[in-house]
Amino acid sequence: MPRALHLLVPNCPLFITHSSLPLFRRCSHCFDFSTSKPSSHSESTPEEIKNDSLSSILALELYLRSDAHKSQHLKDMGVAEDFRKTFYRTSNANIVFILVWHVIHLIVRVIYLAREVICAIESYLVTNEFVTTYQPLNLNRVKYLGIVIDSDEARQISEVIQLLDWFSAIGVEKVCLYDREGVLKKSKEVLMERFSSAKLSNEDSKIDPIFTKTQMEFEFVSISDGKEAVAKAANLLFNKYYLDGDTEKPFFTEADLSNALKNLGVVEPDPDLLFIYGPARCHLGFPAWRIRYTEIVHMGPLKHKKYGLILKAIHKYTKVKQNYGS
Amino acid sequence: MEGERPSGVIGRLLGGVNRTMRRLLFTFMSSGPIPQHIAFIMDGNRRFAKKWKLEEGAGHKAGFLALMSVLKYCYEVGVKYVTVYAFSLDNFNRRPDEVQYVMDIMHEKIEGFLKELDMVNRYGVRVLFIGDLNRLDEPVRVAAEKAMEATAKNTKTYLLVCVAYTSSHEIPRAIYEACQEKSGLALALNQNGNNIDGIVNVEDVNDVIKVVDLEKHMYMGVVPDPDILVRSSGETRLSNFLLWQSTNCLLYSPKALWPEMGFWQVVWGILKYQRSYYYLEKKKKQA
Repeated sequence: MPRALHLLVPNCPLFITHSSLPLFRRCSHCFDFSTSKPSSHSESTPEEIKNDSLSSILALELYLRSDAHKSQHLKDMGVAEDFRKTFYRTSNANIVFILVWHVIHLIVRVIYLAREVICAIESYLVTNEFVTTYQPLNLNRVKYLGIVIDSDEARQISEVIQLLDWFSAIGVEKVCLYDREGVLKKSKEVLMERFSSAKLSNEDSKIDPIFTKTQMEFEFVSISDGKEAVAKAANLLFNKYYLDGDTEKPFFTEADLSNALKNLGVVEPDPDLLFIYGPARCHLGFPAWRIRYTEIVHMGPLKHKKYGLILKAIHKYTKVKQNYGS
Repeated sequence: MEGERPSGVIGRLLGGVNRTMRRLLFTFMSSGPIPQHIAFIMDGNRRFAKKWKLEEGAGHKAGFLALMSVLKYCYEVGVKYVTVYAFSLDNFNRRPDEVQYVMDIMHEKIEGFLKELDMVNRYGVRVLFIGDLNRLDEPVRVAAEKAMEATAKNTKTYLLVCVAYTSSHEIPRAIYEACQEKSGLALALNQNGNNIDGIVNVEDVNDVIKVVDLEKHMYMGVVPDPDILVRSSGETRLSNFLLWQSTNCLLYSPKALWPEMGFWQVVWGILKYQRSYYYLEKKKKQA
């Protein structure tokens, strides 16, 4: 199979095993973004980051990336190896079929690219107020916003801060930040210090002087607050009803689970709207009982975030009518 | 089972060409990873009836035909498990006559299915009804249990029909079942006169129930987690469906109402899955 064909379809699983294609195998964690060269990994811990200056944010990013780098290559190689075995087991070995499959995915990729261009143009028009359909925004329905960020992308703290700046400018007050591995939990102090103080000056928003920033409250959630929290709640209920042989053992309901979770400290409400920043539309383990009726919107990768699309998504949500099953 | 009505030579010829092209496309798509389990939320039947000014309830009948087509395409492309959200516990809040209508359709279709058991067993489809079946009307529940028993030996493909189901009922129920199991185990240990420094030791009780114990007792514990969760009619919420099982699942919301769902939505869903396959597998391994 010509290598050029693999380059056309970057998601093609076959080329991932070709380490001689450095363009797609370069470790994204070792990049020094100030010099665009591979850098040595920083050894500073989050506790050493004292203030909200740019250098501290850069240091935090380097720390988070070095933390991931230690096992990431090994994991990737393991996954690539398993993937190659699965791919060859499930695929039809006929070279013509594989070629046609690549052509189909090339066409799909072109369609996605066209959509991306249209979204970018739309976002530009909305951000610069050429299109005013989505303003003014009625934020009464968005009392609690959830944001799921892919853990690898969450290591780019400067991107996360810019995203939160936008939400603050829009006027969102309560945000639940979720990433699977708890990367954002490590950056908790930096983020809370930046957004919790009533900083309404616009020193960081020279481009948009009309935006005023809102003070935001955060909740940081990771995978340990999902299924494992339910297991802990189950143990609480087991202690309460099953250790003493004489107590009546009720059939547990949603209310029992909610109370048990409250005892564990899980008191926040369900998010109304969940934005997913990552390669795929997947909630990656956000606490299951909290997204029963939550609208889930995929916003694409974090580095391609667009302010106009956020406005559009929130506006669309305010128009949604939910029956809750009835 | 095919649902096609040949009407003359040209009709049969076009039908044959259609089938061949479909199978060819599925063969090409099978060069990439095919999802093992797809779940569907069948949303939009009432809106379809309103849109086409049909009588009330006709949307659900049209939805059943769409279900048959979608199942056919899924099994043809090689999907082993298909789960459908037929009726939620929240749907009992609808008007009683509408609830009764849906129950009557379910009863009628299950009875029809029981009449075609030979063909079903030839295809190797195992049917499972998932949910709080005690909430269903007696005739529907009896018919459902008969259907499950009659297809229990089939292993080629699985159809899971979620009726009287919500995740917020499934999770506490799994906790209850896990507690019952662990308490039974503790009782057995005590009765055998074993050293009670095992699981009933107060210091150890925090580790009694683990996530795997809960997953074992979930309604959906009998099948692997879904790879794609499709909700028709463009709505982007999960409405209390498979919340626990959709951790690493691709969510797909085509704009078509459920009775309009068909071949192209299944194809597009699988192509999206193939695009995200590497990423989702990586996430599963990291779990």
